[in-house]
Amino acid sequence: MDSKKQLRIATRNCGFIDPENIEDYFGVRGYEALANAVTASTPAAIIDEMKKSGIRGRGGGGFPTGTKWSFAAANQADQKYVVCNADEGDPGAFMDRAVLEGDPHSVVEAMAICGYAIGASIGVVYIRAEYPLAIKRLKKAIEDAHTYGVLGNNIFGTSFSFDIELKYGAGAFVCGEETALIRSMEGSRGEPYTKPPFPANSGYWQKPTIVNNVETFANIPALLVKGADWFSSIGTEKSRGTKVFALAGKIKNVGLIEVPMGITLGEVIFDIGGGCPGGKKFKAVQTGGPSGGALTFNDVDVPIDYDNLLAKNSMMGSGGMIVMDEDDCMVAIAKFFLDFTMDETCGKCTPCRIGSKRLYEILERITLGQGVEADIEKLKMLAAAIKDTALCGLGQTMPNPVLSTIRTFEDEFMAHVTDKKCPAGVCTELLEIVIIPEKCVGCTLCARICPVNCISGKVKEKHVIDQAVCIKCGACIPKCKFDAIVKQ
Amino acid sequence: MSMLNITIDGKQTEVPQGSMILDAAKKLNIDVPTLCFLKMDELAINNMAASCRICVVEVEGRKNLAPACATPITDGMVVKTNTMRVLNARKTVLELFLSDHPKDCLVCMKSGECELQDLAEKFGMREVTYQGVMSTYRKDISNSIIRDMDKCIMCRRCETMCNDVQTCGVLSGVNRGFNAVVAPAFEMNLEDSVCTNCGQCTAVCPVGALVENDHSWDVVNYLADPDKVVIVQAAPAVRAALGEDLGVEPGVSVTGKMAAALRRLGFKYVFDTDFAADLTIMEEGSEFLDRLTRYLDGDKSVKLPILTSCCPGWVKFFEHQFPDLLDIPSTAKSPQQMFGAIAKTYFADMLGIPREKMVVVSIMPCLAKKYECARPEFAVNGNPDVDVVLSTRELARLIKRMNIDFANLPDEDFDAPLGESSGAAPIFGATGGVIEAALRTAYELATGETLENVNFESVRGMEGVRSAKIQVGPHTLNIGIAHELGNARKLLEKVQSGESEFHAIEVMACPGGCIGGGGQPYHHGDVELLKKRTQVLYKEDAGKKIRKSHENPYIIELYEKYLGKPLSEKSHHLLHTHYFKREKL
Repeated sequence: MDSKKQLRIATRNCGFIDPENIEDYFGVRGYEALANAVTASTPAAIIDEMKKSGIRGRGGGGFPTGTKWSFAAANQADQKYVVCNADEGDPGAFMDRAVLEGDPHSVVEAMAICGYAIGASIGVVYIRAEYPLAIKRLKKAIEDAHTYGVLGNNIFGTSFSFDIELKYGAGAFVCGEETALIRSMEGSRGEPYTKPPFPANSGYWQKPTIVNNVETFANIPALLVKGADWFSSIGTEKSRGTKVFALAGKIKNVGLIEVPMGITLGEVIFDIGGGCPGGKKFKAVQTGGPSGGALTFNDVDVPIDYDNLLAKNSMMGSGGMIVMDEDDCMVAIAKFFLDFTMDETCGKCTPCRIGSKRLYEILERITLGQGVEADIEKLKMLAAAIKDTALCGLGQTMPNPVLSTIRTFEDEFMAHVTDKKCPAGVCTELLEIVIIPEKCVGCTLCARICPVNCISGKVKEKHVIDQAVCIKCGACIPKCKFDAIVKQ
Repeated sequence: MSMLNITIDGKQTEVPQGSMILDAAKKLNIDVPTLCFLKMDELAINNMAASCRICVVEVEGRKNLAPACATPITDGMVVKTNTMRVLNARKTVLELFLSDHPKDCLVCMKSGECELQDLAEKFGMREVTYQGVMSTYRKDISNSIIRDMDKCIMCRRCETMCNDVQTCGVLSGVNRGFNAVVAPAFEMNLEDSVCTNCGQCTAVCPVGALVENDHSWDVVNYLADPDKVVIVQAAPAVRAALGEDLGVEPGVSVTGKMAAALRRLGFKYVFDTDFAADLTIMEEGSEFLDRLTRYLDGDKSVKLPILTSCCPGWVKFFEHQFPDLLDIPSTAKSPQQMFGAIAKTYFADMLGIPREKMVVVSIMPCLAKKYECARPEFAVNGNPDVDVVLSTRELARLIKRMNIDFANLPDEDFDAPLGESSGAAPIFGATGGVIEAALRTAYELATGETLENVNFESVRGMEGVRSAKIQVGPHTLNIGIAHELGNARKLLEKVQSGESEFHAIEVMACPGGCIGGGGQPYHHGDVELLKKRTQVLYKEDAGKKIRKSHENPYIIELYEKYLGKPLSEKSHHLLHTHYFKREKL
């Protein structure tokens, strides 16, 4: 792994300090930003600094954080809330968990700063209950912060008071959507509601509420200590700072990386990720989680930032990157992601509730060899309508994998519906396992392993597979010492 | 309030800040289709789920389409409601609905009244574009309501009624994604839940997912049975709305036509629940006076306020939600049940037939009445006082089925002796009406003076919670009125905490009272329609010579010949009831 290409801000302390020891955190200039804020700065100055830094929300939407804070700050209310969205749910992504487990104080500190900036005295971390270690460390951090007077009443001896409580999410993906998260925190069914009102104006219990995700918060103490100029010197013009990505799938170096925005896809996949294992050819990478889109070899020179990914019909999302190699079928991949979102949609709005099911069913028909050419057009139409009409971000982005795979791999879709073939050899129903006569020596090994006895042939004679009986289990393929059996 | 400019489909208008795109479209007579949307401000009914997505429109400068029902207008907004993009999106949404909706319109109770069917017609849907798995659920059938969630489109109107308006919390969204559906907790049957059977879910369901349990064929069968004497009573609110389903202009009383139609249907005697309403006043009014007098005399064993008990949805509500207050409601049965009890005793005796030979049919604006008539305490040896209840909607269907040209029927009278009523009776159907009727009688009984102005305007109106101070002799009575159970809860919580100063509280479960009952013709969100129904009842009251229940000659005769006096032992036996503690879940 090329660690030189990485730059750690959000994860700066992870692995370097004892997350359960607040003094360790003090040792890395922890709570310095909060101290400066409450003793020597003003809410307006902090928000200005945040705006100047150009930091945008790391949870998916990419909304400018400082601007969001200024909305909440401008609202008059008897109570405001700071909410940390720790309902990380993208398959394969776990940067929030890493931060909470490795550096919980950075989040506690940032939430308090946010509270000071917008005029809130209560913070809530909405954290999924499946993160017991993160919960434990966060609780300890909150407790220790109280003990040291950096949380609770009269922080650093000032009149500013701020406290943090935890709310546990039951694991619904949609609760990462801020309005659904708020509903869930209020004890209701975790369903999004239509915006406006935006939470910054009317959120948790109808009070002005800032919802930022873990990674966004984790950036803030460092940003404020080192200054907006430093922060904005990193990254691209419209995407400042770094982003944590979770590399998963067909990639050698699996795991979390933190890189400056603007790094190219190629640098991430090949220089840091080490490319696909087993010498396989890189085919595509799904960025932005299950509702993102697929980027291909043609996109390796694209500098990664919010806007470039959107331009490529994908998105930053929370930073999941799932890498596919030549053995992956893009129709099956689109179906796989849709299977996830279809399962996770709350079911409130029609396009998402029924549309996801219908998209999935069409994809399934295609992978089963029952698709027709018109299905591809149907997919495009339906996907576009869902994007245009769905209520929340989940529904609006859910068709992305379908659209982006059709756009970049239309030939693969066509092969499924017209030739009834799966070029990557994944969709079982479209495969035939055949013995190449020229290579077969008649050793009989394949016939002996076949569980349905569909391979016939005498010793030292060419063997043949009876396609009517073959169940395409593939058991014969590795048995053949002469590479005479292939899927096609 | 500042005004905002908006241009829709090239037409410009000004609307107050806070208005939605849909409001402005309405103002411009642009008919944006809606499905989940339901908003009746005066009744605090607001389902703005913005979940169906059929009302999406194009807003200049906005990336995706916006739901017209829930998108606030900003100044200078430019909106298009009928572009290709919009039409395609709406059509896709409809196609998706149809792909997961049974196509059994021929046997669906809502056929002809179904908002989804209307939209399919409007959009010229001639095929089912998307084929796939369909939702299947078991049918849940209570005596009042049939819940067929295969037809549910997740508009959540029922949930808004059940949770926000009625605060019963029976219906809510469960499960996720394609399996999301509205259901009671733990998928329990409505019958086993805290459902009050008010039927407001059926009143707003745009499709056939929540409908009344139709008993009209039972009535046809009874009418065809030569061994039965089938008699009928019709509740006050029915006459204010029945015409709407039968080609009569809304707001026109159809009392006479209804009596004529019932007679043509073959009922042997056509009676009026209004008669029983007068009887209710005699009992409930006397009970109120009795409790009030003892209370004012310092009798600590007497509790006030007295709560009206005519509404079976309300009765079940307080049995579940306020089991500690079961000693304060009036013990008087509802008019429906008083009628049944008198019909199968007094009137059966008159005819010289056993109660088993008599069939009492009720026409009610209400679905809870179906539940009420089946409560075991309202039967003698298993024979119920009221045998079948039809809602207004079911009666309208039955009239059509029997080839009766309702609109051209002559006005006819009800039969004696259970058909005569005072003006105090029809107003039972409007919120505030029961207490007004009671006040007319209580005033005269308490003071011995003649009440010159019988119109207690201060108890009338559409506000959810109202209060009035009424001078009766030396005493000022504090009267509370609530319609919709959420409003009733507010009053009852105050009673519970001891903050209430009311002497009497009238509660009606449904918006506007029985005129907005769960069994009435569909109002489609039109508050004005409910107001027209209310006016029908007050007009009927004003047009009567006798305006006070205790002056109804047939009531006087009933007491003279049969009951003795109000609160007599016989009255207690026939006309009063008791309540049961029920679980909160």
